[in-house]
Amino acid sequence: MNNWKNFTKGIIKENPVFALLLGMCPTLGVTTSAINGLGMGLATAFVLVLSNIAISSVKNFVPDKVRIPVFVVIIASFVTIVQLLMEAYIPALYDSLGLFIPLIVVNCIVLGRAEAFAAKNTIFSSMIDGLGMGVGFTFALTLLGAVRELLGSYSLFGYKFIETDGILVFVLAPGAFFGLGYLIALIRKLSKKS
Amino acid sequence: MAINKLTVSMSPHDYGKNSVKKIMYGVVLAMVPALLVSVYFFGLDAIRVNLIAIASCLFFEWFFQKFFLKGNTTIADGSAIVTGMLLAFNVPSNLPWWIIVIGSLVAIGIAKMSFGGLGNNPFNPALVGRVFLLISFPVQMTTWPKVSVLNFTMTDAETGATPLALLKEGLNNGKSMTEIIDSIPTSYVDMFMGQMGGSLGEISALALIIGGLYMLFRKIITWHIPVAILGTVAIFTGILWGIDPTKYATPLFHIFTGGMLLGAIFMATDMVTSPMTHKGMIIYGIGIGVITVLIRVWGAYPEGMSFAILIMNAVVPLINNWTKPKRFGEIIKN
Repeated sequence: MNNWKNFTKGIIKENPVFALLLGMCPTLGVTTSAINGLGMGLATAFVLVLSNIAISSVKNFVPDKVRIPVFVVIIASFVTIVQLLMEAYIPALYDSLGLFIPLIVVNCIVLGRAEAFAAKNTIFSSMIDGLGMGVGFTFALTLLGAVRELLGSYSLFGYKFIETDGILVFVLAPGAFFGLGYLIALIRKLSKKS
Repeated sequence: MAINKLTVSMSPHDYGKNSVKKIMYGVVLAMVPALLVSVYFFGLDAIRVNLIAIASCLFFEWFFQKFFLKGNTTIADGSAIVTGMLLAFNVPSNLPWWIIVIGSLVAIGIAKMSFGGLGNNPFNPALVGRVFLLISFPVQMTTWPKVSVLNFTMTDAETGATPLALLKEGLNNGKSMTEIIDSIPTSYVDMFMGQMGGSLGEISALALIIGGLYMLFRKIITWHIPVAILGTVAIFTGILWGIDPTKYATPLFHIFTGGMLLGAIFMATDMVTSPMTHKGMIIYGIGIGVITVLIRVWGAYPEGMSFAILIMNAVVPLINNWTKPKRFGEIIKN
C-alpha cells in the first residue's frame, strides 16, 4: 500500500474519532480543554506507534490463541512508560488527565489497530499506520477540546478571552456529547462535498 | 349515466377540522391566563422575556429551516411560538436577554431542528433549552425576583428564593419542618393564586389549571398524563409525609410549588414527545411523578420536574412499543 495514503487515511477518511467512533471514553472524558485533548492525544499516539511496531515485529512468533494477552502486555508496558514520563516531566497535565492515562491500555483504538493492522502488515507500514491514527486522534481530541474550552470557559489553550464563566454545560459531560455530535455532522458534511 | 356523477375515491372520505396550526394556537391561548398572572406579579419584565423568547425562537425556526433543512418555512404553524412561550415560562423574569437567546437557539436548533423539525424531536424543545440554561448558567437561572403586585418599573433589585429552594436549604441545615414552613413567606392560598417566587409562568396554580381545562375542553390534551403525574406525586409524597411529617413536606406543598403544574399540564402533554396510547400515557405520567419526587426529596436540585420529563421522554419509544394496541382480528395470547 502507498505509504502516504496509509498515513493520511487516519487523519480524515478513517479518523478514529470522527469516522470509526473508537476510543469514545477518553474522547468524551478528558477533552474539557484543548491542552488536555492535545496531551491525551499525544500520549495515545506515542503508545500507538510503539505498540504497532512491537506487535508487528512479534506477530510471527505469537500463536493465534494467545495473541490478545500478548498484545495487551505489550501495550501496557508502553503505557507504563508514558505514565512515568508524564508524571516526571509534566506533572500538571498528568494530574488533570488522571485515570485516563493508565486507561490507554484498554483504549479500543490501540488494540483495534494492533488487531486489524499491525498483526497483518510489515513493521514499517504498521508504524506509518500508527503515526497516522495517532495524528488523527490527537487532531480530533484537540479540536473537540478547543471547541469545549472556547464555549465552556471562553478561553483557548489557557488564554482567556472574556473574564467570566462560560456556558458551563460544555465543560461538563453533556457538552462533550453535543460537541462531538455536531463536529461529526460538520465533518461528514464537509467531506461529502469534496 | 348516474354513475359518472359520483366521485369515486379511497377512504377516508371526511376529515376532522384539526390542524397543527389550530392545536398550536389553542395551546398559546391556554397559556394566556398564566402569562397575565406573570405580568401581574413580575411586571413588564415578564412581557420582555416572553417577547425575546418568542422572537428568537421564530428567527431560529426560520433560519434552520431555510439554511439547513431546506424545506418550506414552518414558522407560521405556531410551534415555535409555543416553544418560545414555554421557554419563557420556565426561566426567571430577570434573565439577561442573551441567555434567553441562547436558550432559544438550543431549544430550536439542537432539540428540534437537529432531529428534523416538528414531529421528529424525541425531547421537548423548551425543556431541553431550560435544562441547558440551568446547567450552563446556574447563578442567573436560580436568582428569582421577588413578586410584587402590579409593579411596572423595570428595576427589580430584590430577589428571593422559591419555596422549594427554601425547603431544600432548610432540610440540609437540619431544621425541622415547622421551622421551614414558618420561614416560607407564602401560604397555600398564595401558592394557589401565584404569589410566590419562581420562574415566570409556573407560579399560579389557578391560571395553569384554567389553561389545562381549556385544552381538555378543546381536546388538545387528554386527562391521563396530568392526572397520572399529579396522582403519583400526591400518593408518593403523602406516604412520605405520613411516615415522618417533620422531615417531609405535605403533598399539597409539592403539587403547588415549583414547575409541577406547568410541567404536568403543558410540558409533559406535548403531543410529539408523549406516548400514543392511554395506557402508555399513564405509565409515562407515573414515571414522571416518581422521578420528580425522587429528585425533589433526595436529589441535589430542589426541583426535578424538567429532568423527570426529559428522562421519561427518552423512554417514550419503549413505552409505545410495549403498549401497542392489538390489531383488529389479532388473537390475544393469554
